[in-house]
Amino acid sequence: MNIESENKMAKSIPEGEKTIRCIVCPTGCEIHVKNIDGELIVEGHTCKRGEVYARDEFIAPKRILTTTIRVKGGLLPLIPVRTDKPILKERLNEVLNEIAIKEIEAPIKMGDVLIKNVLDLDADIIASRDLIKAS
Amino acid sequence: MIGGGSAGLAAAIVIKKAGLDVLILERDRELGGITLQCIHNGFGIHEFKEELTGPEFVQRFINEAMDLGVKYKLDTMVVKVTKEKIVYAINNTDGMLEIKAKAIILAMGCRERTRGSINMPGFRPAGIYTAGQAQRFVNVEGYLPGRSYVILGSGDIGMIMARRLTWEGCKVKAVVEIQPYVSGLLRNQVQCLEDYNIPLITSYTITRIHGRHRVKGVTISKVDRKFDRIIGTDRFIECDTLLLSVGLIPENELTQNAGAAISLNGGPVVDNNLETTIDGIFACGNVLQVHDLVDLVVAEAKRAGLNAVEYINNRYEKPVEQKDLIKCIAGDNVNYVKPDHFKKSDESKDIIFSFRSKRPDRRILIQFKDQDNKVLYKRKRRYVIPSEMIEIKLNLEELEIPQECKSLEVEIIPQPEVLIDNG
Repeated sequence: MNIESENKMAKSIPEGEKTIRCIVCPTGCEIHVKNIDGELIVEGHTCKRGEVYARDEFIAPKRILTTTIRVKGGLLPLIPVRTDKPILKERLNEVLNEIAIKEIEAPIKMGDVLIKNVLDLDADIIASRDLIKAS
Repeated sequence: MIGGGSAGLAAAIVIKKAGLDVLILERDRELGGITLQCIHNGFGIHEFKEELTGPEFVQRFINEAMDLGVKYKLDTMVVKVTKEKIVYAINNTDGMLEIKAKAIILAMGCRERTRGSINMPGFRPAGIYTAGQAQRFVNVEGYLPGRSYVILGSGDIGMIMARRLTWEGCKVKAVVEIQPYVSGLLRNQVQCLEDYNIPLITSYTITRIHGRHRVKGVTISKVDRKFDRIIGTDRFIECDTLLLSVGLIPENELTQNAGAAISLNGGPVVDNNLETTIDGIFACGNVLQVHDLVDLVVAEAKRAGLNAVEYINNRYEKPVEQKDLIKCIAGDNVNYVKPDHFKKSDESKDIIFSFRSKRPDRRILIQFKDQDNKVLYKRKRRYVIPSEMIEIKLNLEELEIPQECKSLEVEIIPQPEVLIDNG
C-alpha cells in the first residue's frame, strides 16, 4: 500500500469502539478497539498478529469473495471464481449482484480474468479452475 | 490408486516421479474430488505458502499429474480389491476391468453422516440434504436446494454453506448445534455466521421435522448433558430446507471387503508407513482419518506414495512381522491415534502421530507413556479442540523407547499451573 492511500484510510477511521473476536488462531481473543481522537487503542490481544488483525477489522474489514459465474457451453454449468485481492466487506453484496448477471463462454483457464476491475474496487474476478467445453 | 481427489493425485505424482507406473481410478466425471466443490479460500497455506480456493489448489495437482503423464480412468467404479492386490472396476467403455497391481493406495476419501446416522425420527419430506451435497448442488451443478434454511451441526462445511447460501440470496434462519460449543473452526464461526448475523444456537437439537411432502419447518429443543430433550424448551423455526452438517466418516467398504482391519475411527488400521494390515496396500487422506486441511491430506498422501515406492522397490511381497509391533492407544481425552501401531525396527525413523481430542480444553499437557505408565514424551499446549487435528513428529530413537515397550498411550491432561504444597 502506498503512503497516499494509507493516508486516505487514516482519515476514514470509524468513530467509537468495537469488540472484535480474533480469528488469527483458535485461542479467539476478544480484542477491544477504541478510536480516541483519531488514535487507535487496541486492548486484549495476546500477540502482534492479533493486534494487526483487530486494527484492520476496525478500520476497514476486507474479505476475499469466492462465488460462481454461469458458463455457456462448458462441461459444467458454473465456474468457481474469486477476487484476486480482498475487497471491502460492505461492498460484497454489490459485487455479488454484478457477478450474478454475467455469463462466460467455455473454455476457461485457471487465473483468467473474467471481470476486470469489478465496480472500480481495484480487484479482478478470476477463474479458480480450468473448464473445458462440453463434448 | 483408488480415488483421484487431492490425496490420490498427490500420491500418484510422487510415484510417477519415482519412475514407477501408476493408474488412478476415479468414479466421478473428472479428477479433483471434493476439493473441487470447496470454492472458498483458505487452502494451500502449508503446501504452497499462499491462500488458494479449493479448485485452485487441486488444479495445480491435476496440472502436474497431466504434465507427468499420470494415467487415469474416469467414470470408473472400483467394486472390489483383493489381498492379492487385484482390483476389479467397471466403466462404460472398458466394461469390467481386472487389474493386477504391485501396490495399491486407498484414497477414497470420506462420506457425510446422514439423517439416518443421527437417528432423526419423523416423516421423510423433500428438502433434507447433507451440507456437502448442497455444496455440490450450489457450487458445481448450479441448483439451489431451497430458499430458507436451518442447518443442523456447526461443522465447517455447514458454516461455510450458511455464508454461501446467504450470498446466493437465500435466508439461513439458524445453525443449531447439540454440543455446548461450536464444532468447526472459530474463523468460520466469525466470518461465515457472525458477519451475516446468522444465529448460532448451541445445546439445542432438532426434535421434529414438519411437513409431509416438503419441509415446512423444524422444532428445536434444548438438551441436557446427556443430550436428552428438556421439556418446555421447544421452539419452532419455519424453513423449507434442512441441511445436516453432522460429521464425516471414512469410506472403507472396499478396505473392509479386502480383509484389512478397520480401527475405531472408521479408517483402516495402519502402521507408521501408512500400510494397512494387508502388505502392499496403503491408505492416505480422508479414507484413513478425516483431516481439517487438504494441505495435511496431501502431505500424508505423499508419504503413502513414497512408502509404496519403497515397498515395490525393496520389500515386495515381504509382509511385516506382526510380533515386532508397538501399539498406539488413545488415552484420556484422545479420540483416536494414527498410526495404530509401528515397528520396533523402524524406531530410528521419524514418526508422525496424528490424533484428535474428544473435547475442548485449555492449558493442557500432551503425554506419551508406555504400558508401565512411564512418560516418554510430553509437550505443553495452550488449547485443544476436537475440530483441530494434532500432529506431532517424533524421532523414537531420541526418545529412547525401552526395549520392553509394547504400547504407547497418548493422553491430553490438564496442566497444573500452581502446585499445591501440602507440607
